[in-house]
Amino acid sequence: MGEKTLQGKSMKKFWRIGEPWVWVTGAALSTTLLICATLIIVVMVNGLGVFWPSQVVSLKLKDGRQVAGEIVKREATALGDGERIQLKVGNRDLYGMDFRWLDLDQVEEKTQPSELVVLERQEYGNFYGYLQDIEAPGLEKPQTLDLVGYFHLVRENMSSQLEQAEELDQRMAKVNRRLNKTRQELLELNYRGKGPDSPQFVDLTRRQLVLREDFEDLVEQQRQLAASLNRFQATFADVSGREKTMPLVEIVRLYQPNDMSVGSKILFYLAKIKELLVEEPRESNTEGGLFPAIFGTVMLVFVMSLFSFPLGVIAAIYLREYAKDGVVVRVVRIAVNNLAGIPSIVYGIFGLGFFVYGIGGAIDQLFFPERLPTPTFGTGGILWASLTLALLTVPVVIVATDEALGAIPAGVRDGSLALGATKFQTLVRILIPMASPGIMTGLILAMARAAGEVAPLMITGVVKLAPSLPLDGEFPFLHLDRKFMHLGFHIYDIGFQSPNVEAAKPMVFVTTLLLVLIVLVMSSFAIYLRNKMKKRYTYSAF
Amino acid sequence: MTMKSTEIQITDPVIEVEKLNFYYGSTEALHNIDLQFPRRQVTALIGPSGCGKSTFLRCLNRMNDMIDGTRVEGSLRLNGMEINAANLDVIELRRRVGMVFQKSNPFPKSIFENVVYGMRIAGIRDRSVLTETCEKALRGAGLWDEVKDRLNQSALGLSGGQMQRLCIARAIAVNPEVILMDEPCSALDPKSTARVEELIGELRENYTIIIVTHNMQQAARVSDYTAFFFEGLLVEFGLTNQLFMKPRNKQTEDYITGRFG
Repeated sequence: MGEKTLQGKSMKKFWRIGEPWVWVTGAALSTTLLICATLIIVVMVNGLGVFWPSQVVSLKLKDGRQVAGEIVKREATALGDGERIQLKVGNRDLYGMDFRWLDLDQVEEKTQPSELVVLERQEYGNFYGYLQDIEAPGLEKPQTLDLVGYFHLVRENMSSQLEQAEELDQRMAKVNRRLNKTRQELLELNYRGKGPDSPQFVDLTRRQLVLREDFEDLVEQQRQLAASLNRFQATFADVSGREKTMPLVEIVRLYQPNDMSVGSKILFYLAKIKELLVEEPRESNTEGGLFPAIFGTVMLVFVMSLFSFPLGVIAAIYLREYAKDGVVVRVVRIAVNNLAGIPSIVYGIFGLGFFVYGIGGAIDQLFFPERLPTPTFGTGGILWASLTLALLTVPVVIVATDEALGAIPAGVRDGSLALGATKFQTLVRILIPMASPGIMTGLILAMARAAGEVAPLMITGVVKLAPSLPLDGEFPFLHLDRKFMHLGFHIYDIGFQSPNVEAAKPMVFVTTLLLVLIVLVMSSFAIYLRNKMKKRYTYSAF
Repeated sequence: MTMKSTEIQITDPVIEVEKLNFYYGSTEALHNIDLQFPRRQVTALIGPSGCGKSTFLRCLNRMNDMIDGTRVEGSLRLNGMEINAANLDVIELRRRVGMVFQKSNPFPKSIFENVVYGMRIAGIRDRSVLTETCEKALRGAGLWDEVKDRLNQSALGLSGGQMQRLCIARAIAVNPEVILMDEPCSALDPKSTARVEELIGELRENYTIIIVTHNMQQAARVSDYTAFFFEGLLVEFGLTNQLFMKPRNKQTEDYITGRFG
């Protein structure tokens, strides 16, 4: 009898041992990892290649026309009888559109002339064509240089003047701010009922006049400088011969991708990455850099953590250590767990009503009544956005801290108390250090959420283009009432609110990649800290 | 009603217990305990599981306060000072009455920090005082030679027996009068157990020891006096030799001879 049951029916055994479950769980894990990997690879492939200076082609069409540009996409035609390509032709000021679709059978000849030039500009996007002529009064073209070399030389010479222009800009901004301040002070005096005959009023008005004069002065200087810079002009022609003359100030970069070695292409790539990280955006956020958005995102996460972390940890400590066990504590725990599941847009609406209009409105009434109806704090800003997100992430921190404290074996508490420690001393010296890996996990999750949530931010203070950063060099240095830019919102804005979606696509991928990288870096750092703490404080199994 | 088998008169008791009743909610766990603990002697508390000996032990340093719904009635005096008083400084009490637990619970800190923990929370920060006391305590616990070269390493790297001796060192570092031990050897191997028992014998010179044990042989080996608890009542108390050789109470005799566990 024993023999029979030992060999048994192998099918039954298969199900009993549980082997199908091993396969199912393995498949589930693999699928999840595959999805994550696909996401990251797609973003990387699309995002990393954006700045690589690709070849520019000049195409002679069968109907005689000549077009030039970068080949962006290749696909089968709608009818399936051939291929077609999408060509980025640029020259929006000449053609009115950036991209063209061409059937491959329309193309007669394809060349890659090395003199073909690509321009990045302040307006109208890229330009593809040939450099015809440069006008640079006062600067002779040396015999040894070709036209493009001459171009770079002229640019170099202009650089000091460009710096002057920037400095002028900054000074003008400063005077502008001072003017603004005096205006506000006048408003305040007015509000307090001090009429035009009071000495402060007279003083302020006089100051205002002086500042206005300064401003006019600077405007004149700027005008002169601009006129001087505009004397440097360059004439280009597109591949069909149409000419376009433009001042050199409008050209951000000139390069000849068909003529660049791998080394110079790499340098170009790195230069573009630097531009991405430190420059401001241009052309309705579809070109240029992401610095203000990066800054805004990081600052948001920072301010939010400042609020949610202490609040969450302390609340969890009270819940776990001090509150008497009973119905109330259990209800509070359930409530906190549910808070973590509320949709973020709901938090946004709450933030708008409570923080922005409620508290912000009250602050305006109390401290800035003279500026009304222009709101100071009664409108979206980085403070309210941070507070809203802090509310969103506090439950996460509370739950993580609560669980971490609960996982500490009771013996350690008893041991400390038996030695004559107060509850507080036990908490600070033993329990919190032991719970710190878990608490750090909560913080990591909170930070990742803050960097990624967009919906609540749209209503509480994020804008497409912020005039200034929330942290700068003028008193009081930290401007919590200012609106700010955010990478997550930036992605939405470029991808879906932009006037030229095709041109914006590369930027969307680049911004996405950057956001993912930033979150990865923050999380990795926090994980590293957590692992270090884990090693030090966790109890090995007995 | 308990049979008052405490015919022994203890001169100069360090802890006096009078008519102690203890309740977990509405359940009475200890009933009318009268007991006196002799100074600088080892007293063992024996009895079957659930008889209340650990609960009683925890009354002596007010550790039961941690548990919700407990109630104490009666008088507990340490050197004449009432422990059950509402305004008692529990922190100070716990410094004078130390405790070693069944499962050793060193903190996840260095060996040095573990030993001086009690002093740090009392506010002592002088490095030389701490170092000196640490050495003294570790010597007293018989651990000094084994760990003197690795005081700054984590205490979690010690063996089970060493951890328990570390807990003992930690307890004696604050210079208590009484050391309570709740089945300190039950999680240790025989060799470590022997070491700890030897240690208890040495500690007796300076401290009063009250040890709860379910191991009767251990009680017989280690203690001077023994108290036998059964179902929340104190059945018998006397000199260990006497209690084990000639128990006055039938229940005691039945327990000792193993008729019930």
